[in-house]
This record gives sequence, structure tokens and C-alpha cells, in this order.
Amino acid sequence: MPAVSKGDGMRGLAVFISDIRNCKSKEAEIKRINKELANIRSKFKGDKALDGYSKKKYVCKLLFIFLLGHDIDFGHMEAVNLLSSNKYTEKQIGYLFISVLVNSNSELIRLINNAIKNDLSSRNPTFMCLALHCIANVGSREMAEAFASEIPRILVAGDTMDSVKQSAALCLLRLYKTSPDLVLMGEWTSRVVHLLNDQHMGVVTAAISLITCLSQKNPDEFKTCVSLAVSRLSRIVSSASTDLQDYTYYFVPAPWLSCKLLRLLQCYPPPEDGAVKGRLVECLETILNKAQEPPKSKKVQHSNAKNAILFEAISLIIHYDSEPNLLVRACNQLGQFLQHRETNLRYLALESMCTLASSEFSHEAVKTHIETVINALKTERDVSVRQRAADLLYAMCDRSNAKQIVAEMLSYLETADYSIREEMVLKVAILAEKYAVDYSWYVDTILNLIRIAGDYVSEEVWYRVIQIVINRDDVQGYAAKTVFEALQAPACHENMVKVGGYILGEFGNLIAGDPRSSPLVQFNLLHSKFHLCSVPTRALLLSAYIKFINLFPETKATIQEVLRCDSQIRNSDVELQQRAVEYLKLSSIASTDVLATVLEEMPPFPERESSILAKLKKKKGPGAVSVTELEDSKREGGELNGGGDRGPDTSAMSASNAVSRHSVTSNLSYVFQSTPSPSADLLGIRSSAPAGTAPASAGNLLVDVFSEAGPAAPSAAVNDDGFLRFVCKNNGVLFENQLLQIGIKSEYRQNLGRMYLFYGNKTSVQFASFTTSVSCPGELQSHILSLNVQTKQVEPLVEGGAQIQQVLNIECLTDFSDAPLLNIKFRYGGALQNLTLKLPVTINKFFQPTEMSSHDFFQRWKQLSQPQQEAQKIFKANHSMDTEVLKAKLLGLGTALLDNVDPNPENYVCAGVIQTKGQQVGCLLRLEPNAQAQMYRLTLRCSKDSVSRRLCELLAEQF
Amino acid sequence: MQFMLLFSRQGKLRLQKWYVPLSDKERKKISRDLVQTILARKPKMCSFLEWRDLKIVYKRYASLYFCCAVEDQDNELITLEIIHRYVELLDKYFGSVCELDIIFNFEKAYFILDEFLLGGEAQETSKKNVLKAIEQADLLQENTFSSGMRC
Repeated sequence: MPAVSKGDGMRGLAVFISDIRNCKSKEAEIKRINKELANIRSKFKGDKALDGYSKKKYVCKLLFIFLLGHDIDFGHMEAVNLLSSNKYTEKQIGYLFISVLVNSNSELIRLINNAIKNDLSSRNPTFMCLALHCIANVGSREMAEAFASEIPRILVAGDTMDSVKQSAALCLLRLYKTSPDLVLMGEWTSRVVHLLNDQHMGVVTAAISLITCLSQKNPDEFKTCVSLAVSRLSRIVSSASTDLQDYTYYFVPAPWLSCKLLRLLQCYPPPEDGAVKGRLVECLETILNKAQEPPKSKKVQHSNAKNAILFEAISLIIHYDSEPNLLVRACNQLGQFLQHRETNLRYLALESMCTLASSEFSHEAVKTHIETVINALKTERDVSVRQRAADLLYAMCDRSNAKQIVAEMLSYLETADYSIREEMVLKVAILAEKYAVDYSWYVDTILNLIRIAGDYVSEEVWYRVIQIVINRDDVQGYAAKTVFEALQAPACHENMVKVGGYILGEFGNLIAGDPRSSPLVQFNLLHSKFHLCSVPTRALLLSAYIKFINLFPETKATIQEVLRCDSQIRNSDVELQQRAVEYLKLSSIASTDVLATVLEEMPPFPERESSILAKLKKKKGPGAVSVTELEDSKREGGELNGGGDRGPDTSAMSASNAVSRHSVTSNLSYVFQSTPSPSADLLGIRSSAPAGTAPASAGNLLVDVFSEAGPAAPSAAVNDDGFLRFVCKNNGVLFENQLLQIGIKSEYRQNLGRMYLFYGNKTSVQFASFTTSVSCPGELQSHILSLNVQTKQVEPLVEGGAQIQQVLNIECLTDFSDAPLLNIKFRYGGALQNLTLKLPVTINKFFQPTEMSSHDFFQRWKQLSQPQQEAQKIFKANHSMDTEVLKAKLLGLGTALLDNVDPNPENYVCAGVIQTKGQQVGCLLRLEPNAQAQMYRLTLRCSKDSVSRRLCELLAEQF
Repeated sequence: MQFMLLFSRQGKLRLQKWYVPLSDKERKKISRDLVQTILARKPKMCSFLEWRDLKIVYKRYASLYFCCAVEDQDNELITLEIIHRYVELLDKYFGSVCELDIIFNFEKAYFILDEFLLGGEAQETSKKNVLKAIEQADLLQENTFSSGMRC
């Protein structure tokens, strides 16, 4: 039992608490609680009316039980009853119970609100405060609905007591945070701002929290607060420590209010009024000066309060980022803290310096502390402080100190705490790439990363080193040599095997001259790791092996033997088995020329924002703002980033894209299926062509105002041609002129399709405001939407030489004739470029081939005998009439090519079903070539006549 | 401020105050995780740590840990002094406060906190004013409480 028990101690409660404390076990405690709950329940249910004191006592016991972590499902009603008691202590306990245990039980809320309403209008300040505290503690929407208009009135009324004003201000703040829509600005807002001038410091302290929050959302309405805040701050800063009486805290005048004032000012840009600004700068200087004065007390509270104001002032100085003098002073004062004996100050100094490093005015000043920070990374005993040191090193890194910082971070990684390793790895990878002057250093750094912290090296990091090696031929030989040496280690990380496999598969030839790394030695080295690796790595190694066969014909026999062995060709993993089978077959039947084409060296990757950077930003979440800002300011600064050279800063590509691209270039299309699509998550915004957006000239083409590209007509024709070339194929270059190349790659399944568009900037100049939009013209103006095309917007900037990608998701709802239009707009050297292209989405893309016998074919042919179901055209051959070419085209169309159906072997017949969302359209096709006349007759019969006509039109241009 | 927790060296929660709406389940999980994290830290370590997307500021007084969760832009040092001022208030009210005072008079600890902080923001930083408000309330209860059954 405590010695002191003020007010009316509830003895029953004290006894109960003692009992609980005396329980020897959890079970005993639960037993005691259950006994008490049963007792309380019976009292509440009993016939005898309880007096206020008993009710209060039992409610308080329930509260205690709840706070011990047990569920409480009764007693709410009794608590609400206490609210209307006229005894203060009973009311107080009632409110406490409600504040701690309220739920949105609507019946109860109505009763509670009623009690609150009574207390608010009681004009008894103590009761009013209790009611306001309850609203602020619960802050539910129901309460906001009931009181959001009442509280502002209480807050600004002339006769409201100070203590009530304080509660009202913070109560309103809480309601504004939960239900901003219910707190309406009005006449009261300007009067709230003037509370900054209030005589009572407590009122100002409470009101400023409300004002700060409202200013963030409505800066214009509250901007008069800036000058008021500056003058209030100035009065506090220049006051002697005794002036403010009880608001002075350990010789520091009003530290809480000062911090809040400085915080409020951070919602606004520097004051425009010269006098106000001058006064503020004076305040900031005084704060910096006072921080340097000898302490007035040895108590830590004194220094904490003083430094709290200092740090808040520095935040404001950084926020303004316009006073070089103050920024450098701030940096120097923080520098003193870096070696302070208080861990807290070292931590905060490191943190605050991180933001100073992003200002061009203080970046150099921050850099002078590099040795101290490195030392902190090595010697600090608290991991959270070391983390701050690592952050600061990252922030202060530029070309001049990159090698030193990266080396220190790498050596720290060897002993770093597990919790921060992954982030450290990303940071090292980014710095190494960003400030790489010579790429052998970059390669060394990343391989070291994998060696030291392989488990923490994410895919993005090792994909990236491969992209860079592939894009820079000056480093390929070095990379091959280094990775070969790294693989010699008896135990090396699987990520090292991946990088090794990929790089040797591409560039192993560059070191094959040395007998110590002859082709067979390379292969044996790689293969010695094979059995220790996971399936994805093994799959990658198999691809490396087939590349070896191409690079080094002398390894062919050895590798074929490996592929042929049961553990490969009969591997239980489908992917591995398929690779083994296909690579084996490929290596045995393809001629060296074909092999050389298929397995050609990887082309350079298109350039894009570094995926590693993106990952770091994501990882850091909202806290990463400073890092991001840093990147931006450095880029803008130019000098820090070295500009000019085609470094990997810009040459990036999303990681998974690297893999799928590999598969495409080596024509191993099955890899593609097994790789998650890079854009699977790009479910874009629905841009389902509203009727109004279709261009007027939709049917024909197209607006083209390329200044250099000559008159519109020719380029339009180019595209029309381009469009038709894609009827029977899915991939290729859709459009190209002096500025821009657009490639497409598409896949269709049933009535769904996905199209990847690649926009390549062929110039060395950035394209700005790059936007694209897709619209569906023509018949789609009717209410039926035939095609549903979803796109995700692309990045607005396309760097010179860079390529960006966009994905369209396509759904065929009904059959259609007109192609969707792709509109591209961007600025090139100031001139607006506007281009509209037909997207090669044609009805035949949704074909499913149908195999059928001769008998079935002719039976159906006869069933489709209504005149409008047939479309026929006789036309002159425009292209080769070679059988293989024709077959390839007909297969590319998407139908099944049926042999032995037409009695005339010269003719071609095809069958397929077009899949739309609503229906399936069966189609039969017959193409009769006449070689002598160089003519064709094409006949289509479909279950839907519009489809026959459209297919006939499309196909007549293909042969 | 998003919440304040008081807990003992044994990890028992002595007081919890939440300024953001969270379900019981979330509150329990947060308290459990955080108590564990802080108890695992050594005495000389820094009083601040990043935890999820919050900043945690804590300090130990005798057998009790006081721990506040504040948002990213909030000032750590001034939060540390909020804790200290609260301790001073408890100390003054109970007269050299100890953990038992807070256990047996938990409702008072809540009342004092409500006078000092409201909605997670400082309402009244003057020690005198806060104690005056509490003492007035105590006076009220002396007056209104006349006689009654004590059991």
C-alpha cells in the first residue's frame, strides 16, 4: 500500500489491487479476477440500487482489470450513469472509463454525447474540461458530428476561462485530425490565429498545436500567423530566464512553446516582409549564440531543453535553405556534438547533418567531418547511432570522397548488424555505381559486396552489375577475369555463381586465351558449383552452358554430355528439364551460323532509372525524403554528378526485365513463360475510350507534326504500312523517324492481350513532358465498347539515348474493325511533337486455332452459306507466292492451317475461333493462289458477317 | 505524439495512453513488441530509436520506463523533456513517486496526464498550473464526498 493516498482512496479497490499483486501465478491472478468480475456483475444486476460511490468503485475495478490486459464486456452503462452524477469524482471516473474503453456502440455514444453536452453547457469550467478531455481522448466521428461546430465557439468566446480554452484548442485539433471534413473553417479561424498573442502562455502553447495543423492544410487562410509567431518567438528568445516564471524550464524560457513556434514557421516559406525576416534571422542567430554559451545548470534537462530549441531552429534554417551563413554555422555547431559525451546528442547531430548535406551551401561543410563520422561508424556502441552514421556517410558522398566512403562502408559490412545489412548493401551498390569513374572499381566493389554480404545482395544489385558490364565493353574482360578469380574460392555465394555464370557465358571468350582460364577450365569451375545451387541458378547455368557451346565449339562434346545425363534431361523440375532437352537439341541440330545468331551476345540494355535506387526509396518509405532530395539536388547541381559521360547513372533497367529480355534475344521463348512478366503488376488506369475523345479523322490517319519529318502524308503512310505488317506477327518496330523509335511486343491469349511498347529516344537530347494516350475510334463511338485498352502512364522524361517501356492490357469485348489509336506528345528542344499511330491490334489476334477433319470442314462451310456470312476478294499478289512464306503468314494469322482438307493441294484452308468477351466467332478461310496469273482468290466464311468482311480486308493486303 | 506507455523492468504495463485510433489487438501487439525492444537495450544507449515509421523516445526512471512514440518531424529532445516534466508532476503530487503509487492510484496518473497532455500535444507546461488544476479537483471531491459506505 502506498504511503500517500490523496483524495478519497477507494479502499476496496486498493485491497483488490493488493490481492492481484500477491497472486503467485498467472492462474491465481485469473481466478481472482474472475471472482471479482462475478461479484461486480452480480452487484450491477442486483435489485438493490447502488450508490454513486459503489458504482464508481466497481467501474474503477473494471478499468484496472482492463488495463491488466483482460477483456471487459460490461459496465459501460454504469460508467455512463456516472457521467451524469453531480459528484466530481464519480463523473471523473465515468469519463476515464469511457476514454479508455469506448467502442462505437451507437446507443451508448448517444448517451455519452448527451452527458458531454450537458457538461459543456454547465458553465462549470472543471466539468467543461472533463467533457473536452473525453472528446479529445475518444475523438470518434460520432463525437465530431456532435461537437465540431460547438467547440470553436467555446474556444474563441470572450468569457471562456483559460484552462477551458486550452482544452478546447486541443480537443478541436483531435477532431480535425479524425474528421477534417466536419471541422468547418469560419469566422473563428482568424480569432484562433490571434491566440498566438494571448497573455496566458498555456493558452498559446495549446493553441499553437492547433494552428500548426490547420496551417499545413490551409496555408493561405492562416498565413498571418507567420508574423505573429516571429514576434512571439522574438520576445521569448530575448527574455531573461526569470521573466516567464513557471514557463521557464531549467533556466530555458518556454522551450516547448519555442519549439512549436519554430515548427509552425516550417509550414511556410521565409517571410517576404523584410522587417519580419530580419527579426526572425536575428532570433535564429540568438538561438545559435545561446547554444554556445556556458550552461547555466549542469542538469541534463537544461541542456536538452536548450538543444531541443537549437535543433528545431536548425530544421527551420534547413527548411529555408537560403541563408548560407546560418547553414554553415549550424553545421559547425552540430560538428561539435559529433563527439559529445551524450549519446543522444551524437545521434541527433548525425541525423540533422544528413539533411544539411543536401543543401548546396552546407554540403562542403558537412564533408569536413568525414573522419569523425567514419570513426562513429566503427566505434559507436549503439546500432541506432551507427545507422545514423552510415546514413550520413551516404548523404555526404560525392565524387571526391566516394572511394573512401565505399571502402569504409564495405569494411563495416563485415561486422554490421543484421538489421541494417540489406540497406547498407543497397547504399554501397548505389554509391559505387553513381560515382564510378573507372568501371573496374565498380565491378570490384560489387563482387566484394557479394563476397562479404551475399545473402543481403538482392536481385536488383546483381542484375545491375550485369547490365552495366553488358553495356560497357571496356570493362567486360576485366569483369570476366575478376569473376573467374572470385569463383575459385572454395565456398562462394550463390549470387556470385549467378553473376559468374552470366558473365562467363557472355564474355568468357575474353579470358580464354590464358591457359589457366581456358574454356574447359571455365566450364569445369562453373559446373563444380552447379550441384550446390538452387533451381533458378541452375537454370541460369544451363543457359550459360549453351552459350559456351557457341563461344567455344571445343566444349561442345563435354557440355552435351552434361546435358544428356539423366539428372538434367530427366530432372524433376520442369524448367530445368525443358532447358536441358531444348539446349541439347539446339546444339545438335542447329548449324554454327544459326547457333551464333540465336546465342548472340546480349545487346546493350535500354537505359532507365536505377532499380536499386527505386528499391532503396521504397525500403526507406517516407523517411527517404532526404535521400531523394539529395539525389535531386545533386543532379541539378551537375558538378557533383560529373554529368557528361554515359555512366550507369542513367543506364538502368528494371531487374526482372533483364531476364525476360535475355529470353527474347536468345529466342528461347519458353523462358519467357516461366519468368514472371516484368509488368504483371502494371494494372493501369482504365482509359476506356469515351466517345468524345476519338479523333475526328479517326478512320484515316493521322496527325503528325514532326518538324523535321517533312509533310504529314508520307509519315502517315509509313505507319499505315507498319500497321499492316503486324497483322500476321506480334513483335517488331512499329514506327521510326529521326527522333523516335517505337517497338512493340505483344502476347494474346483468348480474348486478352498484353502489348509492350518501347519508346526509344534516338537523339542525345531529353524528351520532356512525354505523354501517351490510347483511344478507340470509329464504331466504338456507339455504346458498345469493342476493345478495352488499359494503359499505365509513362514517365514524363525520356533521357537522350534512353528507352522507356509501357504496357497495354487489352481485352476484346466484341468484334471490331478500327484499330485503337496511340497518341504521343512530347517536347523536343522546346517544340511540341504530336504523333498519332494506329496500334496493330486487329481482330485476328484473338484467334484460337481449330483443328478439324476434311469432312467437318466442309460440313461447317456449308452451314455458313448465307450470302452475308461470306466475304470474297480476288487480288493481285504483292509479295512472294512461295509456299513456306504463305504458310508462315497464315499461321501468324492465328488460325490452324489444315492439311489434306482441300481437294486441290495448291489451296490453303484454315479454321479458327475468334474469342471475344461476349461470344465466339467461328471462321473458315480458303486461299486459292494462281501462280501463273500472280493472283489470289480469298474466301472467308464466319458466323458473324462483320468479321468476314474485316478479315477479308486485312488479309487482302498480306499476300 | 501517438502514444505513451509506462512499463516496469519486468515488462508489465503500468499506464498506456493512445492518441491515435487503434484496435485493442493492435495496441497489445505494439506494446508487446516495443516493451521487448526497449528492455533489450543497454543502459548507455541512445534514448531514441526508429521503430516502424515512428520515432520512439524513452527514458528509465528507477524501475519504470517511460516511452513515447512521436512522428517523424517531431523533436526528440523536447519529447524527452515532456517525459521528465510528467515525472516531475507525478513526483510532486505523490511526493517522491514510486511505481507502487502509480499502480494503486492509476486513475490519478491518468488525470495528471490529461491535464498536461491532451490529444498528444502539450496543453499546459507549467508545473504549478497543472498541479493547481489537480488539487482543485481533489478539493472538489473532498467537498462533495460527505459520508458514505466504505468497504
